[in-house]
Amino acid sequence: MTENKKHILDFTVRQNLRFGTNYALLKLMPACGELPPCEPGQFAQVLVPNSKNTFLRRPISICNIDRNENLLWLLVRRAGEGTAALCDLHEGETLNVMLPLGHGFTLHRDGTMLLVGGGVGVAPLFMLGKVLKEQGMQPEFLLGARTQADLLMLGHFNDLGTVHITTDDGSAGVHGVVTKHPVLTSGNMAHIACCGPMPMMRAVAALARQQGIDCEVSLENLMACGMGACLCCVEDTADAGNVCVCTEGPVFNINRLKWQI
Amino acid sequence: MANLSVNIGNLRLKNPVMTASGTFGYGEEFADLIDLNQLGGIIVKGTTRMPRQGNPYPRMVETPSGMLNAVGLQNKGVDYFVEHIYPRICDLDTAIIVNVSGSTIDDYVAVCERLNPLDKVAAVEINISCPNVKQGGMTFGTTCTGAQSVVSACRKAYDGTMIVKLTPNVTDVTEIARAAQEAGADALSLTNTFLGMAIDVERQTPCLSTITGGLSGPCIRPIAVRMVWQVAKAVNVPVIGLGGIMNGRDALEFILAGATAVQFGTANFVDPQATIKAIGYINDYLDRHGLDSVNQLIGALKA
Repeated sequence: MTENKKHILDFTVRQNLRFGTNYALLKLMPACGELPPCEPGQFAQVLVPNSKNTFLRRPISICNIDRNENLLWLLVRRAGEGTAALCDLHEGETLNVMLPLGHGFTLHRDGTMLLVGGGVGVAPLFMLGKVLKEQGMQPEFLLGARTQADLLMLGHFNDLGTVHITTDDGSAGVHGVVTKHPVLTSGNMAHIACCGPMPMMRAVAALARQQGIDCEVSLENLMACGMGACLCCVEDTADAGNVCVCTEGPVFNINRLKWQI
Repeated sequence: MANLSVNIGNLRLKNPVMTASGTFGYGEEFADLIDLNQLGGIIVKGTTRMPRQGNPYPRMVETPSGMLNAVGLQNKGVDYFVEHIYPRICDLDTAIIVNVSGSTIDDYVAVCERLNPLDKVAAVEINISCPNVKQGGMTFGTTCTGAQSVVSACRKAYDGTMIVKLTPNVTDVTEIARAAQEAGADALSLTNTFLGMAIDVERQTPCLSTITGGLSGPCIRPIAVRMVWQVAKAVNVPVIGLGGIMNGRDALEFILAGATAVQFGTANFVDPQATIKAIGYINDYLDRHGLDSVNQLIGALKA
């Protein structure tokens, strides 16, 4: 966990890969210079162009830092007007991004690490898996989605390690939610890193606690500034009361959280 | 280079651009992105006698050209500020102003007394306008007697420059402004946020844990400009304008309306460098209009 310097940079959209109608993988190149150092699990605050009814930045997980191509990857789900404008960006357009923000996942070098993602929450797990693999670890993934069409970046994940799948409708992998998958219920891992919808993260956290497995989750509380100034995105913690998700998180060990699980 | 310095009572600011309380942390959060020493002043987070956890999540929601917040003065208390934060920021070459909040008059006085000996605190801003606390805060700022009682008590406890931050949630802001002036305010800042509310229609629930919250951002700017214009005409002390200022042009609206200085608030969330850009803009504006000093623009509205 390092304190990386924050930057505000203009990026050019080099590629917008759309997955169905609801998701876009944006590949962004800094208008000048190299991408700053970023850790897996950190996020970016993106100024939304072409969106007349929004004006705050949108916090988006860093999905990948491609050093060879000098590209920042952001995986965006069309959730509202702001993210819709991001999904609809065209190649060549400019995007103003503040990064890197927050504290990311712990890079464990002991024992098996299972990376559990749901929906668009798989985004930071790609970078985490990539960095773990670069460090000689063998990350395993458990990815859940509503349907096969909502399973994002599967090819990329398959390149990094073993991928287990669940879908709510059974259209791919194990039928049901991630906590029904044997790889998770077996408890044969030392650490879990989880990012996805809140009910999923709570269920994974509950299972991890029952089994005594170390578990980190990435929160996405509503925020304005993304840098610890507005104090809007707070999460109640056991050790320090309300803390900013944007600076103390977004990744938290579940032992810090006061979730009733 | 035009002269950008302005005076707030006995306090000289290098330029009229400050950051609003609760939108800029203690400045340190922005140090990677801007040179804090270029600012006219930093008004740090609302500080109370005892630590406060603030309101439950959710505390914010974006609204058209604005946002509602319901933070509720979360801070670690004045002792923590004096012991841990002040030593880190006191050597900045900008005016450090502490926003003072409380639930009772004794609370305000206690914070003022604790800050009074600190050489590098350039001023206090007495917050009688927070809409997000159950006791104190805005309730003091909505009546003349309430405002007077807090301000006169703080005046006795604090020897330096005392700014009083007014709420716009009143029928006639000029009455409150005059009351604060008579009670000893050296300057007035306005406006704090406007009481507002947003509803999640699908869930049929309020968007904020507190149901209502404070509206900020460019949507409130025309109302804030109008109030600053009214108050500047009604009082003799300097007025500091804020409310939806996003850039240098917006800042000049307030200055032309009668504000001696301005505060950037919500803008810091969108563009953390907005203040620095605005200082450059104001300087260029003065050059472009053949003016030597920003003081020539204060209240210079042609109407």
